Amino acid sequence: MSDLNFEPKIVGFLCNWCSYRGADMAGTARKKYAPNVRVVRVMCSGRVDPTFVLKAFQQGADGVLILGCHPGDCHYSEGNYKTARRVPLLKKMLEQLGIEEERVRLDWVSAAEGGRFASIVNEMTAKVRELGPFRVDERG
Amino acid sequence: MPKLKLAIYWSASCGGCDVAILDINEKILNVAELADIVLWPVALDFKYHHVEAMDDGSIDVCLFNGSVRNSEQEKIAKLLRKKSKVMVAFGSCACFGGIPALANFINRDLAFERAYLEAPTNVNSDRNLPQTLTQVKEGELELPEFWDTVLALDQVVPVEYYMPGCPPPVDLILKVVDALATNSLPAPGSVIASEKTLCEECPRTKEEKKITRIYRPHEIIPEPEKCLLEQGLICMGPATRGGCGARCILANMPCRGCFGPPAGVYDQGAKMLSALASIYDVKDETEIARMVEEIVDPAGTFYRFGMSTSMLKRKRM
Repeated sequence: MSDLNFEPKIVGFLCNWCSYRGADMAGTARKKYAPNVRVVRVMCSGRVDPTFVLKAFQQGADGVLILGCHPGDCHYSEGNYKTARRVPLLKKMLEQLGIEEERVRLDWVSAAEGGRFASIVNEMTAKVRELGPFRVDERG
Repeated sequence: MPKLKLAIYWSASCGGCDVAILDINEKILNVAELADIVLWPVALDFKYHHVEAMDDGSIDVCLFNGSVRNSEQEKIAKLLRKKSKVMVAFGSCACFGGIPALANFINRDLAFERAYLEAPTNVNSDRNLPQTLTQVKEGELELPEFWDTVLALDQVVPVEYYMPGCPPPVDLILKVVDALATNSLPAPGSVIASEKTLCEECPRTKEEKKITRIYRPHEIIPEPEKCLLEQGLICMGPATRGGCGARCILANMPCRGCFGPPAGVYDQGAKMLSALASIYDVKDETEIARMVEEIVDPAGTFYRFGMSTSMLKRKRM
């Protein structure tokens, strides 16, 4: 599917302590990046219940981006490790439900990494654009 | 008090729910005293046209078991809804889709292919598949239309009460019978079970949950007193509604989740996935990959009884 007019809708869950500040940094540094990610600030990437990801898809998101502190840097010490285990398992489950695993991406962005935030958003947007829209309807 | 009129119906189900009603043993006589049964296909010889001839709302309670996966089941669900004052989704299939809803990982074509072409017990060299309409010389034959997606009862008609369980346990059935006898049914929309998780009522000793390996039930003999999750078995307790009396747990088997999600949980599978990944105590990437490999069939395990009412409902194909 390569509809040229398709603009992916991506829901981004960004942790308050690192990644959200990384996104701020990208803004302060006047980095240009794709406008496709709708950011939801959460206190920790560990707060991202897999239910949120399913709900995003159910409500019409084409992709979900989860960003947290680098391993070892979690403000709550263990939160991002929980996410690091949940997301690969969730991807395996989504594949069984017919959802390409590339529609979900977990990555780490520190408060200083504005450039890294911008490039992850660009990569993710390009990837989801390539995959095409997520089919919300439930036909067999 | 005039006798109540009771209907019991089965659609996509195994018959276990009907047997569970008989499992109340001699109390079935109380049911017979309390109610006239007007439809019970598995046990009594009433026909659909008998129900069609009844006034709307003249059946007091309908216990409907099984999920809905074809046009006949939909038609009867709608008919019974119209004729019944109270509709009860009886058993996990009617409540959440149940085991038949595992077919939501495939579609009609794949289901037919497996059932009528591949299955080794078939003799079908002409490769015939069921058709909704078939012309024969005597005229046209019609079969119910088989759907791609298995639905729970409340996805087809409004439902007053939910009685989960595969099958619902005898004490919950008796609770409903008593409530009917004393006219003290709970508020419509209620689930006749606990509001809390199974872990709340589980008698096992629970300590800090940290595991580093998943075992499948045939791989170990679990200790009888210790939390099954802590022993590495995938026990659905944390993401499952209580009220079953921990039947499986007491038989040293992990919970499979037949009571569905507890109150306030939208998606049983997502919650179980979250819980399990949380207690699996590894940090290294290769070890995380091993965890993912050890959980052989996450969707089938976490949504064993709940595909129809899960957030994504079915596989995108």
